[in-house]
Amino acid sequence: MAITEQDVQASEDAPSVNYLNNGYGLKSWLLTRDHKRIAVLYIISISIFFALGGLFASLVRFELMTPEGDLMSSDTYNKVFSMHGIIMVFFFLVPSIPATLGNFLVPIMVGAKDLAFPRINLLSWYVYVVAGILGTIAVVGGGVDTGWTFYTPYSSTYSNSNVILAAMAAFMAGFSSILTGLNFVVTIHTMRAPGMTWFRLPLFVWSHYATSIIMLLGTPVIAITLVLLMLERGFGFGFFDPNLGGDPVLFQHLFWFYSHPAVYIMILPSMGVMSEMVAAVARKRVFGYEFVAFSSVAIAILGFLVWGHHMFVSSQSTYAGMVFSVITFLVAVPSAIKVFNWTATLYKGSIVYDTQMFYVYGYLGLFLVGGLTGLFLSSMGLDIHLHDTYFVVAHFHYIMVGGQVMGYLGGMHFWWPKITGKMYPDIWGRVSALLVFLGFNLTFFPQFILGYMGMPRRYHVYPDEFQVLNVASSLGASILALGYVIPGAYLTWSIFKGPKAPDNPWGAKGLEWETTSPPPTFNFEETPLVTEEAYQYGPIEEH
Amino acid sequence: MADHAVHHDHPHGLAHQFEDMPQQKESAIIGMWSFLITEILFFGGFFATYLIYRSYYPEAFFEGSSHLDISLGAFNTAVLIISSLTMAMAVHKSHEGNKKGIMVYLILTGILGLTFLVVKYFEYSAKIEYGLVPGLVWHPHGENSPQLALFYSLYFGMTGMHALHMIIGIGLLIWLFIKTAQGTYTAEYNAPVEIFGLYWHFVDIVWIFLFPLLYLLGTQGGGH
Repeated sequence: MAITEQDVQASEDAPSVNYLNNGYGLKSWLLTRDHKRIAVLYIISISIFFALGGLFASLVRFELMTPEGDLMSSDTYNKVFSMHGIIMVFFFLVPSIPATLGNFLVPIMVGAKDLAFPRINLLSWYVYVVAGILGTIAVVGGGVDTGWTFYTPYSSTYSNSNVILAAMAAFMAGFSSILTGLNFVVTIHTMRAPGMTWFRLPLFVWSHYATSIIMLLGTPVIAITLVLLMLERGFGFGFFDPNLGGDPVLFQHLFWFYSHPAVYIMILPSMGVMSEMVAAVARKRVFGYEFVAFSSVAIAILGFLVWGHHMFVSSQSTYAGMVFSVITFLVAVPSAIKVFNWTATLYKGSIVYDTQMFYVYGYLGLFLVGGLTGLFLSSMGLDIHLHDTYFVVAHFHYIMVGGQVMGYLGGMHFWWPKITGKMYPDIWGRVSALLVFLGFNLTFFPQFILGYMGMPRRYHVYPDEFQVLNVASSLGASILALGYVIPGAYLTWSIFKGPKAPDNPWGAKGLEWETTSPPPTFNFEETPLVTEEAYQYGPIEEH
Repeated sequence: MADHAVHHDHPHGLAHQFEDMPQQKESAIIGMWSFLITEILFFGGFFATYLIYRSYYPEAFFEGSSHLDISLGAFNTAVLIISSLTMAMAVHKSHEGNKKGIMVYLILTGILGLTFLVVKYFEYSAKIEYGLVPGLVWHPHGENSPQLALFYSLYFGMTGMHALHMIIGIGLLIWLFIKTAQGTYTAEYNAPVEIFGLYWHFVDIVWIFLFPLLYLLGTQGGGH
């Protein structure tokens, strides 16, 4: 594309106008087309949903402290865990990193002024907000009790709760993520700065590219699935109704065709965050850059071929099950490549023990456990024992919370000075990262044991002998909650009282660190010219 | 294309985030193709459902299909194919920056699109009259396969979703027409016309698949 005369010199003095002080007032935010402001809008809105989803999670953990159903009725409990799942999956985890850090960083990392379609980017936020309002109405107006999976025929025929409203909310949230993914794909293809070749892209961008592919290919399938569900429930069409010849298991196939790849939407972006942070804290180029880049794409592709492993016990043929099982095992290969390569990057690195390092170590540990227990579940024989038990719950929380939420929090700390222009107290960062790690393990490790012993998910009454582990889990959840509240507090504090951040507080590599903190509205004073590969860390420098 | 982008001299229609017009056009076209891929997967859910149930219940599907009006379906197919031609002509005129030409062909495309919808309206009315809408007005005459409702659920779901895309398309077409009348599109800046053309052709192609799957199936006679 355009070859213009630019130079790589980062601007010497910070310009006084940046994206934050360039216009005040509600209108300058609500009608903005600046990807950085839209990212901030997303950070605020997903934080609200994270808190709401967390509230439902704490209700679940409260109820499970005793073997009897004494805090709420079975109906209420069904609604509480369903709302926890729906809010966390569709309104927090899927947009968490792509819509916030991705939105903020992808254009800067490729050296562009903005995403390719700024208005569509803003539209995606509005669609998300409307979806969120619909979801909230569904909660306030009586809740929904189908579980986040909306399985038929319960959701289509028997449930008496707000299924249509909740499905509509999920449908729209999906539409919002399609728009985000589309913007990323186009931006990464056409908006790279001169010299920014595909293999000079930071791995964060690669992982967002892979995520966007899943968003584009997977999300429309759940959209149509939810449309079919709404038509059936609203008008009495019989797509999944056995009385009319429909097949409820078809819903599961369509649902998981999206929702399994979507699981990788809920992990791939955090892997991108990890790659950036590992390189920065070890002060080394990520080991095996190409392998890490292609492992993201491999995870995205394999993710579309494994949906049947959710249906090992749903009358699927044994031979189909065997194929799905083998492909599921294969997903472990690119995932392991990443873990090994990050570990190899740390080897002989000049490791800095700051907050990011704590999140890197925490992520490595939790993702390792989450990934390895995935292999238990992809074994058909063992899955018959573990299916729909707390083992599954623990497994996917290790991936989604131990992976994506750790990545989200770690990334927030890493890029916070860039986003806000302010520094946070590092000691508190380390304390809360430690609390999150300990609290998380105390919450979810007992659930592996509970599940193995046979405690099914989605029940609030259980045999007495499970109580000790359930109490441990609830105790861990309260520590975990503390670990989430503390960063909320000191990060908010830092916006008002924190010291001003330098342009590159960590001495990290990447175009985002060459512009000012916070960046100007068009990201760079002049379009950057890229002359070297990513992560060219030299010997340690003092900052 | 190594033209030197000068920031002060802004070409007509170039958005701030792009360096030059070719970059902008390439982005618009990749964006629309990406969107159409999501649309293929969206309709793919319907087509997969159709294929599965048709293989389960061929008799019900032959029977349901034989109740559809082939001549109206064929007429609508022809209408859409011609509208694709007029749309292609509009895109061609936009490359020339021929404002009047774009407007004429957009109007023709719009009229053909509306014709399609009017015919669809009469088809739907007939189905309602004969009680062939599952769940809402369902009292089919005579002896029927038990799974006939499944065929009509798919018929209304698929053609309804297609018609919704047509309605959105006509809305976009009106907006494009107004923009064209204002003189927005030139030989250099015409990406919106071009990518709308892609969308319109896509919606036509969906119908090209729907017509044989829903209408022509019944002519094959019942059962294997």
